Amino acid sequence: MFKHYFEQMEGVSIYPIFSLLIFFTFFVGLGVYVFFLDKKKEKHLENLPLED
Amino acid sequence: MQNSTQQSSTGALEQFEYDNNIVKAFLIASVAYGVIGMLVGLTLAIQLFLPEANFENPHTTFGRLRPLHTNAVVFAFVGNAMFAGIYHSSPRLLKTAIYSKTLSWIHFWGWQLIILATAITLPLGLSSSKEYAEMEWPIDIAIAVIWVIFAINFFGTILKRRERHMYVALWFYIGTIVTVALLHIVNSLAIPVSWTKSYSIYAGVQDALVQWWYGHNAVAFFLTTPYLGLMYYYLPKAANRPVFSYKLSIIHFWSLIFIYIWAGPHHLLYTSLPDWAQSLGTVFSVMLIAPSWGGMLNGLLTLRGAWDKVREDHILKFFVVAVTAYGMATFEGPMLSLKNVSAIAHYTDWIVAHVHIGALGWNGFMIFGILYYLVPRMWKTEIYSKSLANFHFWIGTLGIIFYALPLYWASLTQSLMWKEFTADGFLAYPNFLETVTKIVPQYMMRAVGGSMYLIGVFIMIYNLIRTAATGTFVKTEHSEAPALEKNVTIVGGGWHTVLERKPMIFTGLALVAVAIGGLVEFVPTALIKSNVPTIASVKPYTPLELTGRDIYIREGCVGCHSQMIRPFRDETERYGEYSKAGEFVYDRPFLWGSKRTGPDLHRSGGKYPDSWHFNHMLDPTSMSPGSIMPSYPWLIDDDINYSDLPQKIKVMKRLGVPYEDGFEDKAIADAQAQAEQIAQSLAKDKIKTSKDKEIIALIAYLQRLGTDIKQK
Repeated sequence: MFKHYFEQMEGVSIYPIFSLLIFFTFFVGLGVYVFFLDKKKEKHLENLPLED
Repeated sequence: MQNSTQQSSTGALEQFEYDNNIVKAFLIASVAYGVIGMLVGLTLAIQLFLPEANFENPHTTFGRLRPLHTNAVVFAFVGNAMFAGIYHSSPRLLKTAIYSKTLSWIHFWGWQLIILATAITLPLGLSSSKEYAEMEWPIDIAIAVIWVIFAINFFGTILKRRERHMYVALWFYIGTIVTVALLHIVNSLAIPVSWTKSYSIYAGVQDALVQWWYGHNAVAFFLTTPYLGLMYYYLPKAANRPVFSYKLSIIHFWSLIFIYIWAGPHHLLYTSLPDWAQSLGTVFSVMLIAPSWGGMLNGLLTLRGAWDKVREDHILKFFVVAVTAYGMATFEGPMLSLKNVSAIAHYTDWIVAHVHIGALGWNGFMIFGILYYLVPRMWKTEIYSKSLANFHFWIGTLGIIFYALPLYWASLTQSLMWKEFTADGFLAYPNFLETVTKIVPQYMMRAVGGSMYLIGVFIMIYNLIRTAATGTFVKTEHSEAPALEKNVTIVGGGWHTVLERKPMIFTGLALVAVAIGGLVEFVPTALIKSNVPTIASVKPYTPLELTGRDIYIREGCVGCHSQMIRPFRDETERYGEYSKAGEFVYDRPFLWGSKRTGPDLHRSGGKYPDSWHFNHMLDPTSMSPGSIMPSYPWLIDDDINYSDLPQKIKVMKRLGVPYEDGFEDKAIADAQAQAEQIAQSLAKDKIKTSKDKEIIALIAYLQRLGTDIKQK
């Protein structure tokens, strides 16, 4: 039933490439982000299970 | 305004209780079903060298018991322990009581009823035949309902938390809850024929893709992500030191859930699945090594500087072997996803060994470690016997090795025998059975390994019962923490730290991460016609063939026989023309199978006379001396049940199968006419049987297989 609608969409094949790009960017960003993560904050977060 | 270093809130101190009852209930259920699931597994292992171990009873025959074994281990043993761990760790990480005790108990009893219903229906042959999701539609709906109740209870707990930040274990629980719901619903979509029978809304290639998207991610999101969450909680607890790297855990979580969801098609290499989908599956499977090993190293390196503790502490021993088994299985998986390795390993016992490294090593040993950690604490006592726990560790570890090694050996032996040609260009082992009898000794050794593992479990149960007897069960644990202040602005910390405070946005993003892979693979396969080229000569099944096909499904033949000939010379020589995507457009569900304990059947139509099939089903050894296939005398005694047939035709028509208008009313007469012909053909070979027996329908189906494009 959805088949019909997707077939009408022009350039539907660009969507997977687009999503791959988004996620590639996301993971590069994530890598950079964790590299600069605040040490103190990290200490607190990783000790959460040991607190109770 | 608070600054970023002030993490915990400064509200009034509040009292609350942790409920241990629900944890205890799930733990007991896990162990009880674990024993049952493993006993069924051992029975199956024995049946592979002693077919009579099915007690000549339809309900305990290999094809029907195999899904009972897999579902009992996955959903009952591993599932119940997962819930125990989540109900124990989440409130403690969130500093609050579980959202609703009532929902906890509905979840518990609902899940146990689902398991009970599964344990009754699968041996009865009521199966959708979709691997790891064999339950019929009413049970599927019950699973969805109970899962939603679990989700409400879990997210409710998160919402009333007193710790602003969600620790990494909770992210993995969130990923699990969201993705399992998505996988289960999409894979289970079917149109009911009756209360106990339905047809998948997907056919052939699409059904295969959806099934393995589900099947692989059942491994990913039911057996892996929740247990990684448990690892991130219990391993630091047991070692009494924080996780190796919080940074690594952020990368680990997002990359694992994003990449895992794409890997399903590696179960379908060299099949009729479009090439691009196979390649995507391979590429993402190889990429999976990175996050998987990142997680494994994060677990193992948590023990840095504390390895001496592993010598003393039985709990850490179990965790170390569990995480190591995870590392081995997640290295092996990507290797098996390479097309050249898959060419050798697919359909063989290698895959069985691979999943058992995961199930026995990773899941089993994580569960045992958690049990040894929790029981003394919940009963406020010490472990009854450390030496028994150590003995369990060693017999369990050796059991895994004795289980897996013979199967690797069997796999390579058999696969090379399948592929060997003589100098003259003929198959060196044209008789499939020769390659089976060769590996029977390995099957025996595997049963020994499995027994060792099970003995370890019994010793653990004894040890834990004695432990509990020396203590007193603590039903609820009191705790206190300051309430979270509302409307507080927290400065700094970066966006992921912010995300860790926003459970709903976090959940939404996790859903997006897992939805992408599924959509990219599935949407084009469903929509682009060129992915499944149609073949004009492929016709719908006749009513009798359809009836026979449903008997084939009921008996679980797919557990041992594939219907997918790969385009290799040895396979086309042995079985005939390789399988084409267009041949399966009426197959609901698809029955390609994933293991060849017996030969492929896709081109078996017309290969032998009807009488051969009759004699073979009555006593396989009469036609194939030494065969390990069980006999099916009930097919010869039992009458075909035609009562659902008109409804089946109606449902198939609704799904787009081009039966003529009003065909449902003629279906039974059509089936009986075809049955009469087969009965007459049997009579010619001096076999007297009524046309109304189930064997007739099964023969009709087997003789039809692969004949649409078969060249004479």
